[in-house]
Amino acid sequence: MTENAVFSQNKVLTIDTMNPKVKNVEYAVRGPIVQRAVQIEKELREGVKKPFTEVIKANIGDAHAMGQQPITFFRQVLALCSYPELLKDNMFPEDAKSRARRILQACGGSSLGAYSASQGIDCVRQDVARYIERRDGGVPCDPDNVYLTTGASDGIVTMLKLLVCGEGASKTGVMISIPQYPLYSAALAELGAVQVNYYLNEEKCWSMDLSELERSLAEARKHCNPKVLCIINPGNPTGQVQSRQCIEDVIRFAAKEHLFLMADEVYQDNVYAEGCQFHSFKKVLFELGPQYSNTVELASFHSTSKCYMGECGFRGGYMEVINMDPEVKDQLTKLVSVRLCPPVPGQALMDLVVNSPQPGEPSYTTFMKERTATLRLLAEKAKLTEEILNTVPGITCNPVQGAMYSFPNISLPQKAIKEAKALGQAPDMFYCMKMLEETGICLVPGSGFGQKDGTYHFRMTILPPTDKLKILLAKVKEFHQKFTQQYS
Amino acid sequence: MSASRIGQMLSSKSLRVITRGNYRFFGNGAQYPAGHLTSGVRSVMIPSPLSPFFSQSRALSGVSEPPRGLVQEKMTENAVFSQNKVLTIDTMNPKVKNVEYAVRGPIVQRAVQIEKELREGVKKPFTEVIKANIGDAHAMGQQPITFFRQVLALCSYPELLKDNMFPEDAKSRARRILQACGGSSLGAYSASQGIDCVRQDVARYIERRDGGVPCDPDNVYLTTGASDGIVTMLKLLVCGEGASKTGVMISIPQYPLYSAALAELGAVQVNYYLNEEKCWSMDLSELERSLAEARKHCNPKVLCIINPGNPTGQVQSRQCIEDVIRFAAKEHLFLMADEVYQDNVYAEGCQFHSFKKVLFELGPQYSNTVELASFHSTSKCYMGECGFRGGYMEVINMDPEVKDQLTKLVSVRLCPPVPGQALMDLVVNSPQPGEPSYTTFMKERTATLRLLAEKAKLTEEILNTVPGITCNPVQGAMYSFPNISLPQKAIKEAKALGQAPDMFYCMKMLEETGICLVPGSGFGQKDGTYHFRMTILPPTDKLKILLAKVKEFHQKFTQQYS
Repeated sequence: MTENAVFSQNKVLTIDTMNPKVKNVEYAVRGPIVQRAVQIEKELREGVKKPFTEVIKANIGDAHAMGQQPITFFRQVLALCSYPELLKDNMFPEDAKSRARRILQACGGSSLGAYSASQGIDCVRQDVARYIERRDGGVPCDPDNVYLTTGASDGIVTMLKLLVCGEGASKTGVMISIPQYPLYSAALAELGAVQVNYYLNEEKCWSMDLSELERSLAEARKHCNPKVLCIINPGNPTGQVQSRQCIEDVIRFAAKEHLFLMADEVYQDNVYAEGCQFHSFKKVLFELGPQYSNTVELASFHSTSKCYMGECGFRGGYMEVINMDPEVKDQLTKLVSVRLCPPVPGQALMDLVVNSPQPGEPSYTTFMKERTATLRLLAEKAKLTEEILNTVPGITCNPVQGAMYSFPNISLPQKAIKEAKALGQAPDMFYCMKMLEETGICLVPGSGFGQKDGTYHFRMTILPPTDKLKILLAKVKEFHQKFTQQYS
Repeated sequence: MSASRIGQMLSSKSLRVITRGNYRFFGNGAQYPAGHLTSGVRSVMIPSPLSPFFSQSRALSGVSEPPRGLVQEKMTENAVFSQNKVLTIDTMNPKVKNVEYAVRGPIVQRAVQIEKELREGVKKPFTEVIKANIGDAHAMGQQPITFFRQVLALCSYPELLKDNMFPEDAKSRARRILQACGGSSLGAYSASQGIDCVRQDVARYIERRDGGVPCDPDNVYLTTGASDGIVTMLKLLVCGEGASKTGVMISIPQYPLYSAALAELGAVQVNYYLNEEKCWSMDLSELERSLAEARKHCNPKVLCIINPGNPTGQVQSRQCIEDVIRFAAKEHLFLMADEVYQDNVYAEGCQFHSFKKVLFELGPQYSNTVELASFHSTSKCYMGECGFRGGYMEVINMDPEVKDQLTKLVSVRLCPPVPGQALMDLVVNSPQPGEPSYTTFMKERTATLRLLAEKAKLTEEILNTVPGITCNPVQGAMYSFPNISLPQKAIKEAKALGQAPDMFYCMKMLEETGICLVPGSGFGQKDGTYHFRMTILPPTDKLKILLAKVKEFHQKFTQQYS
């Protein structure tokens, strides 16, 4: 060296010196299978020969990527907000223009480019509150309890950040369903919280059993301080829609056991099965009367990414907090202020979702047509997926009552399980990886979500266009039969 | 006014009196009106920084929503629920409690309140609140770049591609971005690291900026604003307990995102002081002092630099950056360079040098070893598009295994907002000579930057005419951070109230003039010195009024307390 100094040959930041909590984070939905899928796509582009011509990514609930069209009205308003010169153009309907003007007036300098209040734009939070009130049959919602977020994930992680503390036996335990959406396990790993598993009942269409909640809680209390209960309804990855009775039971359980409830309700419009209906935790909480509605602490989450919109890229969302201690709410407001504000285009989009065209407005008919068509198609595909999968010997699929995924149970031959274990792989990871290499279909193995020991699953979205979905299901069927033969 | 706002102002200095078992329930998520706080878990103020306006706000709040719920001791099931909340100020994550963020702190909350009061007809000695607390260009009237917004409109509603009103280069940019999106929609998730073609464009931009130093798109991560990238890098870096806890060196004055992130992560904040006498430059000896001291009680392994400086507006010389890099190499520190103001350089003789460029100019013994992460954003420079939350970071010499961990970590949050990614692409791939939008783009860009340069100069000049205010040249970025002399009597009064003296000063200025600044204590400063941060962003005529008001206020304040 010019200075005659010898620099350390080691890096400052290595796998051994980095934050070990980050190392523990896992996120299967974008894990090794997906990385391999991206690689295969590249190989295909480079002309490498494969037994298929394209990769079908059924790993993630990414509606637009699967060909779902955006709602025209939403995109018109977003275009108007992005480039207000268009307000002079005749091509846009009046209701789109008036929504755009209203949003822009609420923005600093009438620009989407200004920071908003950290909690979100005031008028958007008011619209969210009115939407919640309509949805919940008039149960009041205070806009001060609504926080706009960067997708639902952001809200969930923020709430967990507030809740998690302690060390050793006093460390916060967070109860999550198994199978779960791996954002939860990832966030808990990063925060160093204790993940407390409760198992959904696959035999009863992935319902929640009170006795299982009790078992799980009692066990957790031996080694940590469980104080949060997370529910995903409609379920991800399992597609169940909880009955009103079940929600009531869960709320009574939380009240009795002194647990903070987190209700992930991002699929609230995605209910397909007959006889199923979405009940928000908040509504049921208030119907249980003041002894519950005045005490049980609840945070519920929604997003622009799912339902009929499928606008994942905008990262819009909100959370509502109920019965939150005012001092804690101040801390929450402070915490979100550090990140300045959620993306403003996502806030605008969230506003349009909760304040969509009304009867009598020029865009109403088209909006309803688009919305209904998308939801009907999803319902058809949910049914189709369940039916075809259940024709495959060795695959058992619960009804996809809601959300965007099937999570079928797959029987794997002992020989396959052995081979996987010899490779240090989860058997369903081994299965999914083989399926990817042979068919180009990208699924997520059940082990990425958690499952009862000795059972195996995969998660597959129902989102591909119907014709493609049929091909995909036929390929899955063929692969499963071949795989079973090969390892028998 | 909402009780939550009052609560926000009940800083951590308020004393809590906890009366267990006598909790009162308010229905429907109703707020706790301050006037109704009579029993249960309560905050009782001791003299705190904010009490002067706290009492005022309370007086103004009137009667809020009364409690609607009933206290229910007995359940229908004969079960008695716990009377305490699960999540309280005592049971919550203590690290979150330690987080502070002055840029949106009590002063700003009070400003929002005053705005509401003005709307409600409350008489004040001013008619509007001027928020000079935050670098929010569009809110201050700066116009967006036409080309950027045209492309964003086209991407949002691709039907417009058929419209004749848009120039061809805007359409071709939009088509290119949409092609890179799943289903040709901004509504699809992107790769977690960001859209491939945007990362490639970023890499080419960095290469041009740095005179050809190569940039691998695999080292570029798109982010949700620069803040997201900074916090993500710190997450990777921070670990350990006790004396082996990670120390992170940050400049004082600092941008409070850093202190907030470190508090949340439980890292040790290691302060190094910028030299106000030498226009807020970095002194090697101060870095050495700070590091040596930190090594006694923690494991310092990161050095953060903000250049051009926030809140201090300095632009680092090439020599200074070289010194810092040599220091980091010698002391085995990971460098984090916050370069979001890279186009905001105004002072003659000053130039922006990226840390990466200087690193590579120092030769392979540095460029092959020193670990660096640098950050950029769509929020500053001539764009000022804060609301889109666009940004990127480039990582250099990062251990490949750690990079995999980084990629995994960002995947949990799925992807940065796609409209922000599109905007970032436009910033790094702006109209080129010969393209139809080039002339307008350059005109808009140049006008914005020239105006900012004028306002930087104006701010410095006027502030320096005020006796008791000394302002370093605003060489770059978007803020002045003048030194203010406060009379002993004012300092005493502030301290008696438990307030930082410059908080006391800024709060008084807000109440009397409607001007919203951030006290220097929110950024950190040498003991016994006082400052405020003021953006240079208001339109020139408004800025002049603002500066005149600041001058007048300072003189009055000085007199009053002398």
